[in-house]
Amino acid sequence: MSESTTLFLYDLATYLLNGITQGSVYALIALGYTMVYGIIQLINFAHGEFYMMGAFIGFFALVSGVPIWLALPASMLGAGLLAMVTERLVYRPLRNAGRIPALVTALGMSLFFQYAGQALLGATPRSFPQVIPTKTYQWGELYVTNIQLLIIFCTFVLMVFLWWLVNKTRVGKAMRATSFNHHVAELMGIDTNKIIGLTFFIGGAFAGVAGILVGMYYNTIDPTMGMIPGIKAFVAAVLGGIGIIPGAVLGGLVLGVAENLVVGLWVSTYRDAIAFAILILILLFKPAGLLGSPKREKI
Amino acid sequence: MDYILHLILLCGIYMILAMSLNLINGKCGQFSLGHAGFWAVGAYTGASFTVFTGWPLPGFLMLFLSCIVSFLCAALAGVLIGVPCLRLRGDYLAIATLGFGEIIRIIIINMDVVGGPRGFTDIPKLSNLFWTYFWVGITILTFRNLMHGTHGRAIISIREDEIAAESMGIATFKYKTLAFVIGAGFAGIAGTLFAHAQQFISPQNFIFMWSAYILLMIILGGLGSFTGSIIGATLFLLLGEALRFFGETVAEYRMIIYALLLVLLMLLRPQGLFGKGELKFFWKGSKT
Repeated sequence: MSESTTLFLYDLATYLLNGITQGSVYALIALGYTMVYGIIQLINFAHGEFYMMGAFIGFFALVSGVPIWLALPASMLGAGLLAMVTERLVYRPLRNAGRIPALVTALGMSLFFQYAGQALLGATPRSFPQVIPTKTYQWGELYVTNIQLLIIFCTFVLMVFLWWLVNKTRVGKAMRATSFNHHVAELMGIDTNKIIGLTFFIGGAFAGVAGILVGMYYNTIDPTMGMIPGIKAFVAAVLGGIGIIPGAVLGGLVLGVAENLVVGLWVSTYRDAIAFAILILILLFKPAGLLGSPKREKI
Repeated sequence: MDYILHLILLCGIYMILAMSLNLINGKCGQFSLGHAGFWAVGAYTGASFTVFTGWPLPGFLMLFLSCIVSFLCAALAGVLIGVPCLRLRGDYLAIATLGFGEIIRIIIINMDVVGGPRGFTDIPKLSNLFWTYFWVGITILTFRNLMHGTHGRAIISIREDEIAAESMGIATFKYKTLAFVIGAGFAGIAGTLFAHAQQFISPQNFIFMWSAYILLMIILGGLGSFTGSIIGATLFLLLGEALRFFGETVAEYRMIIYALLLVLLMLLRPQGLFGKGELKFFWKGSKT
């Protein structure tokens, strides 16, 4: 192999690795998106803002000297509670109003959190404290940091946990029943309001983890950081098949890798266009997503 | 005084934007979140037309021609985006149009001819009150006549029930595209008027938030009511200006108030001010 080919392969491996790291973050947010959509068919635009909130709770906890093993659960709890309160106050009264009013409300909540965040926390980006010293492992020309490994590991563990929760426990059975048919689930004695609240809590908590991990990875956070990753996580959820848990992770990884390959090998200014192009292509050619099976609308 | 005149002019532009989005969202029921994209297409093509051709024509004629050009270009963009997207329904359509709106903006950022991220400067000031409200009048007339005819009935039937409309023999895809393309075209006209009023446009003017603002205007007035859109656009502008009187800090909270207004409207009065009805003296003999 000539030297330039070797270098190219190392470059490619670097892009793939960065893509998988970024994709894991998308996947963590997408898991919450896909659960919420699966259970009440709501595109929760404000989901990206739970991720932002998780990052800020983590930031304030770490700055005031709380150790990381306490800050991580704190940001999960905070983001999860915020999601639950939002559901209780705003989405629940609209649950039977149809999909479009719910979508508009979610959009309004997303803008509200962004600008309220800017008013309360200041619009300038803040640098995230370095709590875990970065270690770099080298393998040839390929560099891997311990934070990248941590992000990938966390995503994998949380995905397995969620899969176990939904498929193997009583609560999971109740969730599946609620998403399958709301009214019949209620007749069977399931407290659907509680189950939907819990779904929002788990989704918000996952977004909170993603927020704190991204803070450690990129070292900078700001109140509008949730908008674009939120939309991209939705794209990831649609890409994998909305409502399907492994699909969200697969979609996130595919999206992250695709973005980094385009940025690395072609032009960086089109980074944000990739996600939308993928979304449109998947909606046109395989609307049920990579892992979904198509459904016909019936009267 | 100049400032107030400028606001009245902007108000006219918002009216055209709101009515054109209402044709798509309110009358046809196809939920689009990418209206700022068509606005941007219109603004950039209209401004390019006047700046790059540089024909020695009187100002009003130049503005008229560039309105026509921007209508055609934005309508073309509407065809290109509408034909693939309108196969989708409901919330998927909303996200896909949002995506296209952002793609349009990213493409403009990457076009160096029109200034890229720096913005398009030195656009002649051709828009004035008369010509802006002339186009507002054209928009009202066009939409009014459209809604009175067969096409308008077909468009409304799609909103009411798409499957039933299709089974009654209405070519739903054709009429959805028609509404989408006409709406996009008029947003283009609003773009040209905006470019020639501000004399400077940049991709920052057409971010996704503006699609949300136009949506707020039509929801405020009532989805499906053109007179409601006119009132909604006016109220939106007045609200923004009224907040300035309370000092700088309140003006910074403007966005929070708009967002809250959107949520509260949905929770408390989802039909807006007028619902689907029109003001009678203004919109004679219209029932839907």
